[in-house]
Amino acid sequence: MIAFLQQIVSGSAVGIVYALVALGFVMVHKATQVFNFAQGELMMLGAFVAYTFIVLFGLPFWLGGVIAIASVALFGAALDRILLRRMVGTKPFTIFMLTVGIGFCIRSIVMLVPIWGTETYSLPSPLQGKVFSLGGLIISADHAVILLTAALVTAALFAFFQFTRLGLAMRAISQNSLAASYLGVRVDSLFSIVWALSAAAAALAGVMLAPLSFVHSDMGQIGLKAIPAAVLGGFDSLPGALVGGLIIGIVEALAGFYLPEGVKDVAAYIVLLVVLAVKPRGLFGHADVKKV
Amino acid sequence: MSRKSDAAAAGPARSGPRTTIAGLLGWQRWLGMVALIALAVLPWLHSGYWLSQLTFVAIYAIAGFGLQILLGFAGQVSLGQAAFLASGAYACAYVERIGLGAPLGFLAAIAVATALGLLVALPALRMSGLYLAIATMSFGFIVEEVASRWTSVTGGNAGITVPAIRIGGMSLGQPWQIYYLSWAFFLVVFLLSANLLRTPAGRAMVAIRDSEIAARSSGIRVSRIKGVAFGLSAAFAGLAGALYGHALGFISPDQFTIAMSLDLLVMILIGGLGTLRGVIFGSVFLVVSPELFQQLIGLFTAGNTEVAGLRPFLFGFSLIFVLLFQPNGIDALVTRAGEWLATARSR
Repeated sequence: MIAFLQQIVSGSAVGIVYALVALGFVMVHKATQVFNFAQGELMMLGAFVAYTFIVLFGLPFWLGGVIAIASVALFGAALDRILLRRMVGTKPFTIFMLTVGIGFCIRSIVMLVPIWGTETYSLPSPLQGKVFSLGGLIISADHAVILLTAALVTAALFAFFQFTRLGLAMRAISQNSLAASYLGVRVDSLFSIVWALSAAAAALAGVMLAPLSFVHSDMGQIGLKAIPAAVLGGFDSLPGALVGGLIIGIVEALAGFYLPEGVKDVAAYIVLLVVLAVKPRGLFGHADVKKV
Repeated sequence: MSRKSDAAAAGPARSGPRTTIAGLLGWQRWLGMVALIALAVLPWLHSGYWLSQLTFVAIYAIAGFGLQILLGFAGQVSLGQAAFLASGAYACAYVERIGLGAPLGFLAAIAVATALGLLVALPALRMSGLYLAIATMSFGFIVEEVASRWTSVTGGNAGITVPAIRIGGMSLGQPWQIYYLSWAFFLVVFLLSANLLRTPAGRAMVAIRDSEIAARSSGIRVSRIKGVAFGLSAAFAGLAGALYGHALGFISPDQFTIAMSLDLLVMILIGGLGTLRGVIFGSVFLVVSPELFQQLIGLFTAGNTEVAGLRPFLFGFSLIFVLLFQPNGIDALVTRAGEWLATARSR
């Protein structure tokens, strides 16, 4: 029983990282109807910037993390301002491919920057190795901090969308951006803010994941695991993304513990395929009716 | 932006003399013949590195024709083409390793890939757009994992060597033999694909791409046609996978990752979505451009160090450039150059 709970705890810590990346997918998709395939690469970029400031420049962990999150958020806003704004009105597939191209570019730039390259780096957190036990259950301080931070961030984002004027405007553009713009909502700048927020969420995920695993130019692949999380939670709901991420993380941890080797790596995708086979538009997706 | 490029594309045709289309056709046929003859005599002149690179141009183009049918004609996206290449490569290698011979190996590659393609099509018929992309991507990950775990057939992560093709007592292991074989298959697949567009099924695919509801309303069996598109694209990918294995002589799961699926997608977008010529241009771009740039950089740095981020850099920026400024890819550029040549000649 303790072993089972232990798996659930460590699974949730990884799952919450998936959830943070998934939050980025959901925010951008909800507001702009764009599926941002570069989300994982933004996470990777966040981890590299944090590594640079913390390990190379010797800043404290939290300060380096904040700098990484802020700079990747700016980068996200710039992506929207420079590239995606030109594509408004084109087919979703074209914009999706544009984000694939952006992902390639981010990866190549990280590989080409001399102090980054294709090496594997580690980014130790100040809490490394500290654990506390809770009735036989051993929880590492890293995991606890990750869980707390992610829960706070999700709650803050939820409150932001639900209770502020800016959040209200964002919900308006996600329902009908044309009508919102007629009512005086500045759709353009809101899109940039949404991109900045989702890039920030990705960077935060990168900063939190780096101490658990490593910093490497291939780390964006982990971001792809967030896609099943986003789909499970219904592509349009922030709490849904959180739940989806937790489910994927826990399923993976349990599969790694109880099932044969190899199942762990694809458990997320098997769950996803089963869900999509039964409900082709995701767990909470709506069937869209098209008038002809 | 797109309006501007439309106007530019229509420009010379409207203002130029009427010979444009005939001139273009003549020009195309002429260039095709020259290219074929050049490809046919190349092994007599050169037997080194570029011969094997051109073999891969043919192989990627074969897989690309499949993806073009699925995405460019039928409008269904797939982020899992590498899985079909993998199944073809492993099926072929397995059949040849147990001694059943190359012809059966290639048949098995096509059969296994087609079967998997139809299997994917079953749930995929109900999905569209984003969800289809995600489902095919998940399928790709699962096949990749199976390839690395099913050691008795695939050799696991260590990979397996692929024996040389033997037909009767003859062995086709030389690079130039694989080269001719790949380009022969390329021609067959190209002709098949070109003629597919003129069949009712091909027309139905385009109708589904343009409007699924309109297609359904005019009596097209949407599910069946989508199934055909998935099956054909998987079959071509399986064939390409079998050739890929023989061209390299070695296959392992890390060759058939999502990176390969994305490369194929990027390739047909840069070449030109919805045209078969675009596949050929895209395939040349995919194989040749990283190599050219690598050698170009080598000229300036006087070293032979491999630049790690070069491939994603080239593909990423070219893709963004194409999507922003030239949505119809290299093919549209070449068409425009051809029109310009034709009008210049007739002046």
